[in-house]
Amino acid sequence: MKMLMTDKSDGTKEIQMDYTRLRVPFGPVHPALKEPISLRITARKEEILDVDIMLGHVHRGIEALAENRNLVQALYLVERICGICSHSHTTCFIQALEEIGEIKPSERALYLRTLIFELERMHSHLFLLGIMAYEVGFDTLFMFTWHVRENVLDLFEEITGNRVHHSMNTTGGVRWDLPPHIVGKVSASMTSIEKSVKYIYDVFQDKTVEKRLYGVGELNYSEARELCVVGPTARGSGVNMDVRRDYPYAAYGELKKGFSVVVRESADAYARTEVRILELFESINIIRTILDELPNGPISTEESVLKLMRIIPEGETVSMVEAPRGELLYFVKTNGKEGLWRLKVRTPTIPNVLGLKPMLIGCEIADIPVTVASIDPCMACANRITLVDPDKGEAKVTDVSTLRRRGRKQ
Amino acid sequence: MRVTTRSRIKSPWLFHLNTGSCAGCDIEIVAALTPRYDVERLGCILVGSPRHADVLLVTGPVTRQMLPRFIRVYEQVPEPKVVVAVGTCAASGSPFIGSQMIEGPMDKIIPVDVYVVGCPPRPEAIVRGVVTAVKSKFG
Repeated sequence: MKMLMTDKSDGTKEIQMDYTRLRVPFGPVHPALKEPISLRITARKEEILDVDIMLGHVHRGIEALAENRNLVQALYLVERICGICSHSHTTCFIQALEEIGEIKPSERALYLRTLIFELERMHSHLFLLGIMAYEVGFDTLFMFTWHVRENVLDLFEEITGNRVHHSMNTTGGVRWDLPPHIVGKVSASMTSIEKSVKYIYDVFQDKTVEKRLYGVGELNYSEARELCVVGPTARGSGVNMDVRRDYPYAAYGELKKGFSVVVRESADAYARTEVRILELFESINIIRTILDELPNGPISTEESVLKLMRIIPEGETVSMVEAPRGELLYFVKTNGKEGLWRLKVRTPTIPNVLGLKPMLIGCEIADIPVTVASIDPCMACANRITLVDPDKGEAKVTDVSTLRRRGRKQ
Repeated sequence: MRVTTRSRIKSPWLFHLNTGSCAGCDIEIVAALTPRYDVERLGCILVGSPRHADVLLVTGPVTRQMLPRFIRVYEQVPEPKVVVAVGTCAASGSPFIGSQMIEGPMDKIIPVDVYVVGCPPRPEAIVRGVVTAVKSKFG
C-alpha cells in the first residue's frame, strides 16, 4: 500500500491511498497448534485475490520408512501418521493386509472396530467444533466443547487404555474386548454427550455465530466435484458421498440402516460446521446400535500375529475408509517376506486443502482463520501472519491474535 | 529472590512448537489448558509469540523442513529459557528413526532440560514436566 501526500494550495495536506497488491504469507511454521502449513495470500485492501498453498513441513518419510519395516512394525508406524484419526489409519492398513492374506476377522471384532471408529469421529468433530468456536471468538463454547470431548477420551481410555493412539487393531481382529460393565458406561456416556451436543447445536444457531459463518468461504458444488474434496467439506457443498454407505467396510454393511448421510447445500463455513454437528448425532446412533447388536465370539484369530505376518503372501490392494475428515485411501503392496514393497497413503486433508483456494478468493483477510478452520485441516488454530509491503520491502509481523481481533470486530 | 524470578515461577508462559509431530502431543497440550486439567489456574498461559515465552514446549521428531525454523524459534525465546521435549518422538526420534527426513532427536540440535516421554504423554505428565523444568531452572 502506498501513501501519497500532496500539499494543497491552501496549506492543508491531502492523503491519497494507492492500494496495490499486498502479499500475506499465512504460516508457514507457526508455532501454536498442530501441523504447520503455509498459505501465501495476495490481497488488495481487505479482499483476497490469490492464494498459494505450500505443504510438506511435517514430511517424515513414512511411506519410505514402512518399506524398511515388517508388517507389524508398519502397523504401529502408520498409526503415527495422525494423532487425531489414528484408528482410521490402522483400520485402513489392516483391511488391506487382511484382504491380501485372506484372513477373516470375527463379527465381534468388526463391530468393536466400528465402535472405536465412531468414537474417534466424535472426538475429532468435537475437537473441530471447539476450534471453530475459538476462531469465531466464543471462548466459552470452545472450553465447553473440549470439556465434552474429554468424556469421549475417557471412554477410549476405559476400552483401550490409551487416550490418543488406541492401538486397537491387530491382524485378524482387535486387541481389547468390551466387557459388560464398560458397555453400561459407554451407553450412559452417550446419553450425557447427546444432551451436551444438543446444547452445542443450540449455541451454534446463535445470531453471533451465524453472522460470522454465514456466506464465508463458499465452495460451490461444481468446484467441490472438480477439486475432489472429500468428507464433511464435500458434504457441506451438497456432494452426497460417504464411504461408509457407498463402499461399506468393517460392520457398516450391517449398520447401513442405522444412520443417514448428512448433506447441506449452502456450501459455506456454517454448512460444514453444521454437517459435523449433525454427524455427531449419527455417530451416537451408530454406537447405540453397536452396543445393542454386539455379537458374541472371539475378538481375534487364534494364531499369533507373528505367525499371521508370515503367511501373508505377495499381493497388492487398495483399501478405503471414511476418516473423520473424509475419504482415506491406502495402496498396499506386500512382498511375501513379512514386509512391504510399497505403501501409498492419500489422506483426506490433501484434497480439502486445495479447496481453500476457491474458498478464500473473494473473502476478506479477517475470514482466513474461520475458513481455514472450517475444513478441519489438522492445523486449525493460530498461525502467525507477516504482512509484506511489496513496494517498500518492509515486513510487518502480526500474530494471529491481532488478526482474530480483526475478525471478531466484524 | 528477584521479582522477575519469582514471577517466572509463579506464572510460566509457554510457547508450543510443532516440529513435525502427528498432532497427538499437540492436542494433549491443548487438553491441558481446557477445563478438565486447566493449567491456567496455575498461571500458565500458551502465548502466541516465542519472544513472550519462558518455557518452550517442543513436540515431534525434527523434520528437515522444520529444522531452520526450529532453531530460529529457539533463538527467539529470551534467556533464561527452559526447553521441554514432549513425547517420545522428541526425546528419541522413535518410531521415525532411520528416516532420511528426520534431523532429530532434539537434543542433537538444542539443549533439552526436561523430557516428557509417552506416545503421547498424558496432560498430567506434561504439567509435571513443566513444573519440574521451571523449578529446576528458575527455582
